[in-house]
Amino acid sequence: MKTEFIIEAALAIQQTILANESTLESLDREIGDGDHYINMKRGATTVAEMQADLASLKPDEALNKIGLKLLSTIGGASGPLLASFFMSMAKVLKENGDESNLKIAAAFAGGVQAIIQRGKAGLGEKTMLDVLIPVSNEFVLQATQNNDIKLICAKLIQTAEQGMLSTKDLIATKGRAAGLGERAIGHIDPGAKSCQLMIETVCHLLLKP
Amino acid sequence: MKKFINKVDNILVESLSGFAKAHHDLVELHLDPNFLTRTNKAQNKVAIISGGGSGHEPLHAGYIGYGMLDAACPGHVFTSPTPDQMLMAAEAVHADKGILFIVKNYAGDVMNFEMAAEMLPFEHATVLTSDDCAVVNSTYTTGRRGVAGTVIVEKCVGSLAETGADLQACKALGDKVNHRTASIGVALTSCTVPAAGRATFDISDTEIEMGVGIHGEPGRRRETMRPADEIIGDCVEAILMDFKTRQLQPSKKHEALLLVNGFGATPLMELYLIYNTAAKLFNLHNLEISRSLVGNYTTALDMAGASITLCLLDDEIKQHWDSPVHTAALRWGK
Repeated sequence: MKTEFIIEAALAIQQTILANESTLESLDREIGDGDHYINMKRGATTVAEMQADLASLKPDEALNKIGLKLLSTIGGASGPLLASFFMSMAKVLKENGDESNLKIAAAFAGGVQAIIQRGKAGLGEKTMLDVLIPVSNEFVLQATQNNDIKLICAKLIQTAEQGMLSTKDLIATKGRAAGLGERAIGHIDPGAKSCQLMIETVCHLLLKP
Repeated sequence: MKKFINKVDNILVESLSGFAKAHHDLVELHLDPNFLTRTNKAQNKVAIISGGGSGHEPLHAGYIGYGMLDAACPGHVFTSPTPDQMLMAAEAVHADKGILFIVKNYAGDVMNFEMAAEMLPFEHATVLTSDDCAVVNSTYTTGRRGVAGTVIVEKCVGSLAETGADLQACKALGDKVNHRTASIGVALTSCTVPAAGRATFDISDTEIEMGVGIHGEPGRRRETMRPADEIIGDCVEAILMDFKTRQLQPSKKHEALLLVNGFGATPLMELYLIYNTAAKLFNLHNLEISRSLVGNYTTALDMAGASITLCLLDDEIKQHWDSPVHTAALRWGK
């Protein structure tokens, strides 16, 4: 992993978030309080603007700096959760190194583990974790089998999509929609949708010839 | 959307600046990160800090001052504040007896205050408010939301802190008040988050949302609009049922505090009408309403609607509710 790629991914994620304004806003209006897009836009824009500060840093340092910045920028539940992800991913990268897909997958898994701990949530609770947990498992599996990055990315895009869609039929037990009981059924979780979009964006970047 | 706005991105800072100017004798505004503190730092007491998304004014900045909060951390509209705000606020107001956070039970608020607490270099504790009985704490939920009952918790804990009580005593009183308090809200219209620019939910003239929170998130169910007495009757019943479930039902005459809270766009005339019916109905159930509060105390921007909160009093809670308070939004006895 290179810091150059992290910056490129940050810029691409910002574009994706901006391009999905109406999707994210309407999903959050249905079962949340209508601010998810605004918060994600604030976070994505802040990170995109960090380009110059990140350029000279090592990848783990850059990810840690992104995490700290998100912690003081986003607010809501997304702030501490995404911040925990980047800070923990940075920590694993620093300890293990980043010279193979398996090591990057392990770092990603470390980040997801931090979200699980911070949010005290798991699979099937209609949150971002319904995308992140299966994606993380798939990433580790694919990397262990030593598959090439093209195949890995294709699998991850597919897994993220499935995870995002799976939230539609769930009752929310975490997050703002947890007050709605069965009324949340039939609506995709906005946090799961934004995670799916971000994963898809990074994978597309890696698939670019 | 028709609102008094210059630039949507500036709405919070302009509003906070106006608040600080209007109440300069009570509060001081700090920007970047945003937090407000008492103009005169209190000495030798537990420092009480609350905070949450903006749009619930006067919660929380309106309760800064003698007998209530030492500092408040406002987040963006309906978005919890970030840990750096809590850390800076704590640094500014700590007075050698520790920091008590009062946090409403929402995932974002809980996590941000939790991260702040982990980084805090002072002794600290947290009271989590969870008075909303519309959200049944079942296998389906993470627990009840904190709504208007938070004001009662802040008032009582603030009073105790002024006496020089220690951190654990303040936390214990906060937990007790929270345990003895239940709320339920009903919305007649949606609110409009300024940055989103349109109503959060669609609702017709003939419908109401029962069991709403304070963010325009949908309620427990959609119902048909009915005469006020019927709606209030359902709310009172939900609260009584909640007390019964938690084994707090009074067997003989018991004193209680009734808070009828407006969500921002319901006139006082209607809030007093709600009070009239609710007080009468609680009376029929062995509850003597001996303390009251009616008005906009925990709002949801421009939502029309109201919440009813009942707190079962005991001598200790009554004493701290009655004690002097001097803040922008609550003032008596001083």
